[in-house]
Amino acid sequence: MAQQGAYYVPHGSKWPIIGSVGLFTTMFGAAHWVNDSYRIGKPVFFAGIAVLLFMLFGWFRSVIQESLAGHYNRQVDVSFRMGMMWFIFSEVMFFAAFFGALFYARSLSVPWLGGEGHGVLTHHYLWDDFSATWPSNGPANVGGAFQTMSPWGIPLLNTLLLLSSGITITIAHHALKAGHRSRLLVFLGLTVLLGAVFLGFQVHEYREAYEHFNLTLNSGIYGSTFFMLTGFHGLHVTLGTIMLIVIWLRCARGHFDKTNHFGFEAVAWYWHFVDVVWVGLFLFVYVL
Amino acid sequence: MIAGVLATTLAWASSAAANPEPWQLNLTRGVTPTSEEVYQLHMLAFWVCVVIGVVVFGAMIVAMVRFRRSKGAIAETWSHNTKLEVVWTVVPVLILIGLAWPATHVLMHMADTSHSELTVKVSGYQWKWRYDYVEYQGKTVDKVGFISKLAADSDRTRQLDSGLDPWDVKQNGYPDYLLNVDKPLVLPTGVKIRFVVTGEDVIHSWWVPTLGFKTDAIPGIVNDAWATIEKPGIYRGQCAELCGQDHGFMPIVVKAVSPAEFEQWLAAQEDATRLDRAARTAQADTTTAQPRG
Amino acid sequence: MSNAAAIHHDEHHDTPKGFFNRWVCSTNHKDIGTMYLVFSLTMFFIGGSFAMVIRAELFEPGLQLVQPYFFNEMTTMHALVMIFGAIMPAFVGLGNWMIPMMIGAPDMALPRMNNWSFWIMPFAFALMLSSLFLPGGAPAGGWTMYPPLSIQGGDGIAYAIFAIHLMGISSIMGSINIIATILNMRAPGMDLLKMPVFVWSWLITAFLLIAVMPVLAGAVTMLLTDKYFGTSFFNAAGGGDPVMYQHIFWFFGHPEVYIMILPAFGIISEIIPTFSRKPIFGYKAMVYALACIAFLSFIVWAHHMFTVGMPLGGELFFMYATMLIAIPTGVKVFNWVTTMWRGSISFETPMLFAIAFVVLFTIGGFSGVMLAMVPADFQYQDTYFVVAHFHYVLVTGAAFAIMGAVYYWIPKWSGHMYSERLGKIHFWCSVIAVNVLFFPQHFLGLAGMPRRIPDYNVAFADFNMISSIGGFAFGASQLLFVAMIVHCVYKSRQKATSQVWDGAHGLEWTLPSPAPFHSFTVPPLIDDSKLAHGDVSH
Ligand code: HEA
Ligand code: HEA
Ligand code: CUA
Ligand SMILES: [Cu+2]
Repeated sequence: MAQQGAYYVPHGSKWPIIGSVGLFTTMFGAAHWVNDSYRIGKPVFFAGIAVLLFMLFGWFRSVIQESLAGHYNRQVDVSFRMGMMWFIFSEVMFFAAFFGALFYARSLSVPWLGGEGHGVLTHHYLWDDFSATWPSNGPANVGGAFQTMSPWGIPLLNTLLLLSSGITITIAHHALKAGHRSRLLVFLGLTVLLGAVFLGFQVHEYREAYEHFNLTLNSGIYGSTFFMLTGFHGLHVTLGTIMLIVIWLRCARGHFDKTNHFGFEAVAWYWHFVDVVWVGLFLFVYVL
Repeated sequence: MIAGVLATTLAWASSAAANPEPWQLNLTRGVTPTSEEVYQLHMLAFWVCVVIGVVVFGAMIVAMVRFRRSKGAIAETWSHNTKLEVVWTVVPVLILIGLAWPATHVLMHMADTSHSELTVKVSGYQWKWRYDYVEYQGKTVDKVGFISKLAADSDRTRQLDSGLDPWDVKQNGYPDYLLNVDKPLVLPTGVKIRFVVTGEDVIHSWWVPTLGFKTDAIPGIVNDAWATIEKPGIYRGQCAELCGQDHGFMPIVVKAVSPAEFEQWLAAQEDATRLDRAARTAQADTTTAQPRG
Repeated sequence: MSNAAAIHHDEHHDTPKGFFNRWVCSTNHKDIGTMYLVFSLTMFFIGGSFAMVIRAELFEPGLQLVQPYFFNEMTTMHALVMIFGAIMPAFVGLGNWMIPMMIGAPDMALPRMNNWSFWIMPFAFALMLSSLFLPGGAPAGGWTMYPPLSIQGGDGIAYAIFAIHLMGISSIMGSINIIATILNMRAPGMDLLKMPVFVWSWLITAFLLIAVMPVLAGAVTMLLTDKYFGTSFFNAAGGGDPVMYQHIFWFFGHPEVYIMILPAFGIISEIIPTFSRKPIFGYKAMVYALACIAFLSFIVWAHHMFTVGMPLGGELFFMYATMLIAIPTGVKVFNWVTTMWRGSISFETPMLFAIAFVVLFTIGGFSGVMLAMVPADFQYQDTYFVVAHFHYVLVTGAAFAIMGAVYYWIPKWSGHMYSERLGKIHFWCSVIAVNVLFFPQHFLGLAGMPRRIPDYNVAFADFNMISSIGGFAFGASQLLFVAMIVHCVYKSRQKATSQVWDGAHGLEWTLPSPAPFHSFTVPPLIDDSKLAHGDVSH
């Protein structure tokens, strides 16, 4: 640590503006895409994604270089930690919106449509042949009859996978702190593997749902909440896995030492967050 | 400013009009028991605010006059007074309880739609209303329902650059531009009427100020509300939830008449439906008969 | 916590050369703050121009200028631009400029991310405003974007939704940065309860932002999937509920309105003590009141939905909870007044705006409490009474506080004094015009004029004309604001001292004017008696 006690204020960086251009391109493309003007939408969207990846790569590279050059002192480290913690909090709130939708539908809107309590009139005048149950695709049977996934098959398996991945990454962390490089790499690698397998099963489950259960994004409120919740979670697992892979490479390169390895911890936190969200999903989407 | 409003409001509070009047300053008083309660609640809240305003702004003005540096005022250095702070936390609490109490009562009164003698189903469409008489005095009404939309003269005048003058749109003296329909909703006076409100396409909101309530017309959902109209008359309202380009052009007109008159009208409507139905079946027979002939 | 904050730099310690290097790649909290402020002013003018279209069409009954659908586009865009483009970035800009200077930090905690937070905004608004030129036109369902109407419209909604996602990302990163700065970058001795109230207000606001922006993102994402991917979140036929959107939206929307007022409270709490030459009254109470308002703002959202037909219990709960907010807000108002009491008051432009704020915001608050009473709200809801309410709290509240802040701090930024004469003219024009503009809207609302309509019955003609005249006058007055800024920055020859205002306390006034490129390269010594609110220990 060259200048202990000096707060590192980086000088100008071009990565943010590249990031903004990337985001803009992505969103612009997406907007065209959903309005199915595929011809430009799709390519523009992926072009934007490419720019974003380029930005992330470059940005993190410079951060890593600075870190290795020892520019960062404890205070900078604390800033990074706070940044990561609050970012995860914002993610929690994002999922909260969709869980909120699920709870609202299950405990209010569907029962009301079925004529319970506050919904008597609605039921009597508009949906008098609808009886509220959960899962439901609504009085109009939107998307046609469907079956739901049994929680005790793949979902249970996935739960076990993610939970154990939580354990493996903790072991890896201890190994890192104890300086057991080989054990660190093995268990971190194992974590990546578990994440990947989880995703594999998730994909398989989706195919099942679409092909054999007629459970689709259009299966009324159940399909909507089911796929949006599991889908966004899956997206986060994917990101988490990629982050883990990067961290694995950095460990292999020996970027971290016993005392300072925030990069590792940040990803670990993120992974635990993804883990916890899944437990919530398993309980409220599958089991209950 | 407050004082000005205060004085003028006083003047108007007494003569609050049933339908919007030029220069009207205050809430419409209304023609139902609940609308009167709401009006009283509104005035209570208004006066509470005026009083608090006078105290707070008064103190500020005094401070600005007495403690200005140009008058050589020397600043004190104190910055705490627990007693004061407790007082102005507790006093507002009491004031708010004083407001919440009557509000709660009025709300519970308004929420109780039981024992209604007439049920009317109101459906919002882009951009018109449909009214169906469901049941009256316990009997279901035989298919009486109709669409009610913006009156033709208003509709002509409201077109962009129509060149027509909104002030010329009148109905026996009352300038009813954008507040008149082709077919008003006919209702009896002195009867507890229950409105069941829903939307057919997007969310609308059924609002006649003189009836004292507003209820959203939500697709797939039914809300209800009630009113007992105390005196006959024409009561006008408008859609009160943005529902697209012609949101501003789907007014509501209620025509309140004596129960006797209302019953005649309703009977006439029912007959009309029957005749119409008979005619249609006859029509159908002949058409089916033709091929044989 | 912050053991030391001497600044390390690779090469240059001075201002980088060249537009691209200085501004586009900036990692400097002052430059980024300046960009935020300029951006916000631009958006204020764009959003204001939309408002001028609205007021011009409403000048007299009958449709003279625009088609109803375009009018709705104007209403929607006006609100989105003003809220997300004018008011919020202005506060972020002020925070960027002042927070590091107020807590004795060298810069923001995460300077590169700070830059990114800003540079997302111009792109986000390019995306959103571009929808005005689409075949389907811009979103026209109101800024609240209630389904099913909002997903009935043309392609525009997708652009707006993705733009909102971008703004969300920007706000969240900005807030994370501010929290990290405040919690991690304070100079030794600058304890939490010694921070200026403005810093406190931003700490709490940042928390609100991180908590609710993702919820908005979720809500609009559901809109998107309902429109384009056949989900049924807001479709009763599919088991969803259009009202569910309103719950999710307002869970964001209500805290959002406090996001637009808490930093304003902070600003006023800086200005009033300075020009009363007296420590702020009840510093701790001020801080607790802020926290209390922030907490309550999470449990009052459904007061925007009293007419959707909630169960009685729900209506009552949200009525009571909403009314409670009057109490902590009252504490703030009373403390401001008491701060002036027995002070030694002078009336420079910032103080004039602060005083106008206290009076006019309070009036807006009063109408708020009236709206909170459910039965009365049945009559007020969706009328111009509501429009009057929120413009009093937003324009004479938030916007006035921002203007006051600019007058208060611009000497520190530019190193020059602004023209007091120009400032006073701007203030008096604004404060008179704004009341001519919005006060009559109370009457219109009570008389029964709904909001979001392009045309109205002749009974509403008189007050609408008055309101429109006030609107044009207020808009024109804002040109004086720009004139003031231009004059101060480029023309004014009157150098500003580092103290600027004789009554001012706090670290930002210990730096020279204009403030050096890097605020505190060595952590300053904190002298309790010099803190803006005086010594809190007794
Ligand atoms: C800066 C933004 C801001 C602020 C601070 C507020 C503050 C408040 N608002 Fe406002 N509000 C909006 C922005 C804001 N609002 C917007 C944008 C809308 C419309 C959204 C849309 O539909 O488009 C809206 C709409 C709105 C509604 C819904 C109206 C409707 O659509 O039917 C309601 C209802 O309860 C409400 C209530 C309140 C209350 C109780 C406060 C309170 O916080 C006010 C508290 C302050 C005071 C009371 C004054 C000072 C206090 C004292 C002097 C103490 C003594 C006073 C008493 C005891 C009364 N607001
Ligand atoms: C967030 C802050 C904010 C601000 C600052 C404003 C500022 C203004 N608003 Fe705003 N307004 C909202 C937030 C805001 N508004 C919201 C949330 C809504 C609800 C939208 C909805 O229903 O969905 C709304 C809706 C709304 C309506 C109701 C529209 C409807 O219901 O159909 C009206 C009508 O008068 C209005 C008017 C104005 C005016 C005249 C100003 C003025 O203060 C603007 C003054 C500024 C300028 C004029 C720009 C600067 C000057 C120039 C550009 C120079 C050229 C001009 C001249 C020379 C005259 N606004
Ligand atoms: Cu129907 Cu507005
Ligand atoms: Cu609110």
